[in-house]
Amino acid sequence: MQNNLFQDQKFRGILYQTLVVGFFALGLYFVINTTAYNLEKRNIATGFSFLNNPAGFDISFSPFLDFKSTDTHLKVYFVGVLNTLLVSFCGCIAATILGFIVGIIRLSSNWLLSRIAYIYVEFTRNTPLLLQIILWYAILIQLPRIKQAPQIWETFYISNRGLFGPKPIFLDGSNIVILSLVLGFIISFFIARWAKKRQDTTGQQFPTFTTNLSIIVFLPLVVFFIMGSPITLEYPVLKGFNFKGGAVIRPEFIAMFLALSIYTAAFISETVRSGILSVTKGQREASGALGLKKYWIMRLIIIPQALRVIVPPLTSQYLNLTKNSSLGIAVGYADLVHGFGGISLNQTGQAIECMAITMATYLLISLTISFFMNIYNRSIQFKEK
Amino acid sequence: MKKLLSIFAVVAFAYTANAGTLDDVKNRGFLKCGVTTGLIGFAAPDDAGNWAGFDVDVCRAVAAAIFGDSSKVEFTTTTGKSRFPTLASGEIDMLARNTTWTLSRDVNLGFEFVGVNYYDGQGFMIPSALGVDDATGLDGATVCIQTGTTTELNLADFFRANGIGYEALPIETNDEARENLFAGRCDVYTTDASGLSATRAQADDPDKWVVLPNIISKEPLGPLVRHGDHQWGDVVRWSLNTLIIAEELGINSSNVDDMKSSNIPEVLRVLGVEGGYGEMLELSNDFAYNIIKQVGNYSESFDRNIGPDTPLGIGRNLNALWTDGGILYAPPFR
Repeated sequence: MQNNLFQDQKFRGILYQTLVVGFFALGLYFVINTTAYNLEKRNIATGFSFLNNPAGFDISFSPFLDFKSTDTHLKVYFVGVLNTLLVSFCGCIAATILGFIVGIIRLSSNWLLSRIAYIYVEFTRNTPLLLQIILWYAILIQLPRIKQAPQIWETFYISNRGLFGPKPIFLDGSNIVILSLVLGFIISFFIARWAKKRQDTTGQQFPTFTTNLSIIVFLPLVVFFIMGSPITLEYPVLKGFNFKGGAVIRPEFIAMFLALSIYTAAFISETVRSGILSVTKGQREASGALGLKKYWIMRLIIIPQALRVIVPPLTSQYLNLTKNSSLGIAVGYADLVHGFGGISLNQTGQAIECMAITMATYLLISLTISFFMNIYNRSIQFKEK
Repeated sequence: MKKLLSIFAVVAFAYTANAGTLDDVKNRGFLKCGVTTGLIGFAAPDDAGNWAGFDVDVCRAVAAAIFGDSSKVEFTTTTGKSRFPTLASGEIDMLARNTTWTLSRDVNLGFEFVGVNYYDGQGFMIPSALGVDDATGLDGATVCIQTGTTTELNLADFFRANGIGYEALPIETNDEARENLFAGRCDVYTTDASGLSATRAQADDPDKWVVLPNIISKEPLGPLVRHGDHQWGDVVRWSLNTLIIAEELGINSSNVDDMKSSNIPEVLRVLGVEGGYGEMLELSNDFAYNIIKQVGNYSESFDRNIGPDTPLGIGRNLNALWTDGGILYAPPFR
């Protein structure tokens, strides 16, 4: 009887799966139990109450939140999350643009251009990212010192403390200007939709780009002057040790941004290239025979079909870039791992708690990116009619 | 299944084993000691690749006490951040890495500081060309700081108390901080005054750098072990104390053999001629003799690594014996 039971494939399947789950649970139990036991034995405090204790240290790079040393570790966490999101977001956009350009250039019939693109791709994607980050930082550190910073029109300054420029100051009435800008975008969106629909049905073209550009530029501009110029600029001035006032982009951020976007763009360009090559030659020839210009062949025929191949691997490149931003610690970029997963962890000694929160945050960011990219992916897939 | 469970049990127990460090070290045949990633004078490899320095000497003293051979040490480099997890996990037996003794580290992190081998305080180093002679004149300066240290907190407190602003640039290691300072990415480097002297000694032209007179904190630096293994803590504590007691009694590496026939009772106790003090620590009775013979006393180690005749040129000041106007003091060897 027992023999028969073991010969039953279904029973065996259930048995093995139960065993695997059982062993996994047992292993997990041992890990958690041992950890808890050791923590208690070594008198290491546990729990999340440290989040409400004052941090006691300063974070200089916090473009979105105002941070003081009397703020809590919880705020350190939020500053870190925002800085991680900032460099990841900027990096993803730059990497996508650069990746598409390089991918298309690599397929160019111009020998020199395609060779340059080839060398760029092979060089960047075959060297470790960490080294590239350190290289960029080492270059930026060699820029002129603050006192000798070269200037452009007494407005922009370049130094190894960062790039300094004017900062907009928003006075009363400035929100109406911003509102008009938003309004401009909304109007443009509807014009574009209307123009596309009209072209689809009647074939008549409409100068969408120039019309929308003028709406977006001139509408806020007119409002700006009507409101009596409520937005002014604050220029950086060298005072004492540093520039006072104005806006600054720190070398730590620039190094991270350049390294992440240039590194990831190399991978994206290969994805783009494979996507374009996946569209059959006949499509290109057929559209050429219809008399379409090269630009329109690319834009209307090739890219929409290539995107179906490009987007899924593109998503994983975005995820990689976001996770790689944790290397910011190498150059002192104040991201999540550096601030909360580093300084807070070290000052409070709550290693397990800090790491768990940090990992959960990366997981959440990654899942969110995947979620939106999957929606986008579905929208561009071939729909059978 | 039974076999598997016993393996699990062994793994679990092996991991929790935390008492009996002395026996572990004796069985292993060498001591595992955590040091810095390289701080001239305190812990750095010399030209021949051997670790040398003031903190390294503490490790060597412990090895001499246990094995009678100060070379039986394996050094592990640790950063400001990795040092505590490395010690807590049992990867090293002790940490001698200019670590400040604080309440939270002693209590909350589960460590035991066995004493102080260097009384330090946090200072500031700037290029002399800046023309600042007091730290309160540093309003708006960019400050390089080694992350994961008490100095980070002291810095924030100091500037807050004086109502002046600054911009912190947190850096992982002393080497990176030095590069950033020398390149002008930051105006000021702040760390323990001893570390500043070490950094200054490595500059192309040390005269271009000044260490400001402000000392903004107490930084008692000392070796530490895991909390809970008191026997092991005692071994490390009395190895350190031996260095200080030897200086008090005038015993050094060159006269230690002659001192064995001294007529001072405490000297005879220290050198193991009288009494069984080594056995109380489960060491040989001549453990202190071995330390002094092979490593020297406190002042020998100080002068050899960081004293006035070295590139660091640090004076004894607070670290002089209590009889010489300092606060260095060890309990009696009795």
